[in-house]
Amino acid sequence: MSELKGWRELPIGAIPFKLSTEFKTGDWRTFKPVIKQDKCVKCLLCWIYCPDMSIVWDGEKVTVNYDYCKGCGICAHECPVKAIEMVKEG
Amino acid sequence: MSFTFNIKELAKQPPKLLPGHRLCAGCSVPTIVKLILLAAEGPTIVATATGCLEVATTIFPYTSWNVPWIHNAFENVAATASGIEAAIKAMKRRGAFKYERVNIIAFAGDGGTYDIGIQALSGAIERGHDFLYVLYDNEAYMNTGIQRSGGTPLGAATTTSPAGKVIPGKMQHKKPIADIVVAHRAPYVATATPAHWADLMRKTKKALSIRGPKFLHVLAPCCRGWRFDMHLTMEIAKLAVDTCYFPLWEYEKGEWRLTDRSLVIAKNPKLKKPIEEFLKVQGRFKHLFKPENRHIIKELQEYVDMVWEDLLKRAGIK
Amino acid sequence: MGQVKTQVKGRVMGLNGNEAVAWAVKQCNVDLVAAYPITPQTIIVEKFSEFVANGEVHTEFVPVESEHSAMSACVGAAATGARAFTATAANGLALMWEILYIAASLRLPIVMAVTNRALSAPINIHCDHSDTMGARDSGWIQLYVEDPQEAYDTTIQAFKIAEHPDVLLPVMVNLDGFFLSHTLQDVHILPDEVVKEFVGTRKPIEVYVPYLGKKVPLKLDPEYPLTFGPLDLYDYYFEHKMHQIEAMKNAKRVIKEVNEEYAKISGRKYGNGLVVPYGLEDAEVAIVVLGSTGGTVRYVAKKLRKEGYKVGVLRIRAFRPFPVEDVVELLRRVKVVGVMDRSVSFGARGGPVFLEVRSAFYDEKEKPIIVNYIYGLGGRDAPPSLIESIYKELLRIAETGKVEQLIKYVGVRE
Repeated sequence: MSELKGWRELPIGAIPFKLSTEFKTGDWRTFKPVIKQDKCVKCLLCWIYCPDMSIVWDGEKVTVNYDYCKGCGICAHECPVKAIEMVKEG
Repeated sequence: MSFTFNIKELAKQPPKLLPGHRLCAGCSVPTIVKLILLAAEGPTIVATATGCLEVATTIFPYTSWNVPWIHNAFENVAATASGIEAAIKAMKRRGAFKYERVNIIAFAGDGGTYDIGIQALSGAIERGHDFLYVLYDNEAYMNTGIQRSGGTPLGAATTTSPAGKVIPGKMQHKKPIADIVVAHRAPYVATATPAHWADLMRKTKKALSIRGPKFLHVLAPCCRGWRFDMHLTMEIAKLAVDTCYFPLWEYEKGEWRLTDRSLVIAKNPKLKKPIEEFLKVQGRFKHLFKPENRHIIKELQEYVDMVWEDLLKRAGIK
Repeated sequence: MGQVKTQVKGRVMGLNGNEAVAWAVKQCNVDLVAAYPITPQTIIVEKFSEFVANGEVHTEFVPVESEHSAMSACVGAAATGARAFTATAANGLALMWEILYIAASLRLPIVMAVTNRALSAPINIHCDHSDTMGARDSGWIQLYVEDPQEAYDTTIQAFKIAEHPDVLLPVMVNLDGFFLSHTLQDVHILPDEVVKEFVGTRKPIEVYVPYLGKKVPLKLDPEYPLTFGPLDLYDYYFEHKMHQIEAMKNAKRVIKEVNEEYAKISGRKYGNGLVVPYGLEDAEVAIVVLGSTGGTVRYVAKKLRKEGYKVGVLRIRAFRPFPVEDVVELLRRVKVVGVMDRSVSFGARGGPVFLEVRSAFYDEKEKPIIVNYIYGLGGRDAPPSLIESIYKELLRIAETGKVEQLIKYVGVRE
């Protein structure tokens, strides 16, 4: 955690000054989704359903951003070609 | 009006709801918000009622909102949106607001809509403000720890309608909230689930193309409150539609239309699954499968059938 | 009211306090008025609706379904950068309660007229200060006016005070129900352009937002994704309250400045903006009072002074922020002070104004005897005879040094 700011340093009106992308939720995870690229048909259903915006589509390949993935497994369950496997974190 | 979505293009855009939010793993709500904001093109302002979504996305000093956003209180998101909309009209008149059209979207849970927020909602619709109200319905007060609401279905166990020896869960049906909004003659009312994502996005887009108050009732499966494994969120939303527990429809200018999977079921009634299929995968209904409580399942089935038949008539299918 | 040389010619209209407020709002370039009817406030909204219906203002009028929604809509509008106004009374203010705190905490410069009325039960539509005194800790600036002219002037000043970058707090303009809201007075109305120039258009302040890497206007604007009304835990809530505490301190200075600036355009001035003293230079006894009773007290004081009694008046115009320094400075040499409270703080040692005045003197070596008179609840009249009897009692206390009853309920039958 960063150092807490004093009141004189805070923006007025209690508006937040950081984006939640600075807060990593990946450590909530027990199982992690692993995409088998050879099976993936790039339908992006995993991207659509992911509650944590952790599926990344760069235009060519589907990958997982483990900084935020909470390991819910919706992507693996919904994948129509079973290209995502949930693997226990080490 | 038909809309198509190129997900491969949309998925390249920066998200309007950012990761790092602290909604539960497997929560359906961020998916709902993501899809709605994805469909909402152009300038957008979001207001959110107190609830899971509000709390978990704005824990100071962090925010997950990549759009202008306000939380005022629990019961007043419709009134807050009214103020935003009216203010923009006046500021335009004096040349102090540059956008021609702004999407004003209000998000509220079932508590903030069925119960404490219904007065502000009714007032805002009657006054005709140009905004989209999105009810994310997880069927109980999940943010405070799973208490029953006007949106909790018959038989469901919650922390204030526990499955006791004498009273086995909630003893009242879910309030027909979308029908209540339709009764206001709102220009557009629709139901949706995140699992039927294209239907949800199409309805959002359509709603935002219409002037006046619009209402989207989105079922939001909650793995913590409904007691199911977190990977089943979308599957349960599909079961809600497949059993006709939560039919997908839209209402516009006096006409009702079934959409997506519900339209398929209407045309092929054999596809309609029994309500047990929806109930048996959720811990909140577990007690209903005891012999002494089976009658509640029967009662729920009869209720679902009645509402479905009525909907078929309204949609001109029967 | 102090007279200063006026530079502009306005016009004189026979208006009651409510209409005077509506006229002020009409001239202040207000974007949104959201309100709900409640006696005795309703005339403000009725009158303003006429201005809207006749196209005399650019304002959007939102006839909400409750006072709770009135304040909620004002919050939405003010957060969008608009100038917002509402008006209410008593139970309506009570229904808004939750959102009063939110408006102040989000630093939204909303202006609200409250026609003071007793809170139920039993239901009573007449004047006392139980409604706004209950809201004294909501973070709103509270200004209490004495007559319809001051209601007009203060409403105009309120926008300027609220929107000052060092303040950014909502302002309540409090006028006594019926005594002011429904009583006609010749009200001097300034020319539209003079008021418009005085208040200007609302310009939200700019704040530096690290994730945007620049200063942006503090408002809901599709161009800048700002988040209003987040969740604070124990790590930041207290710091945000410090902002409000600081803003309230600044408000004292700004209320005074605006009072002076307004005098330049109108020729009218209300003491130093925070307090309006009368006869305190040599007073042996004084009455501290808020609102319309201030006029009656001054009338009686004038009469008694002619008769040779050294009596004075301190009318408190700004109850929040409370003008501690002025109260101490102006009353320290007075022998006995009678504080008049038009509300009760049940179970407390005296009314809210009394508690403030007494507390202000705690650390002072030189201080008067301070007693409390609770009066006028539910619209009970406070005629000159009642005020005179209070002054006579204060003079007796000054003479004997004996206080028989610290808190007295006057004008009530035993």
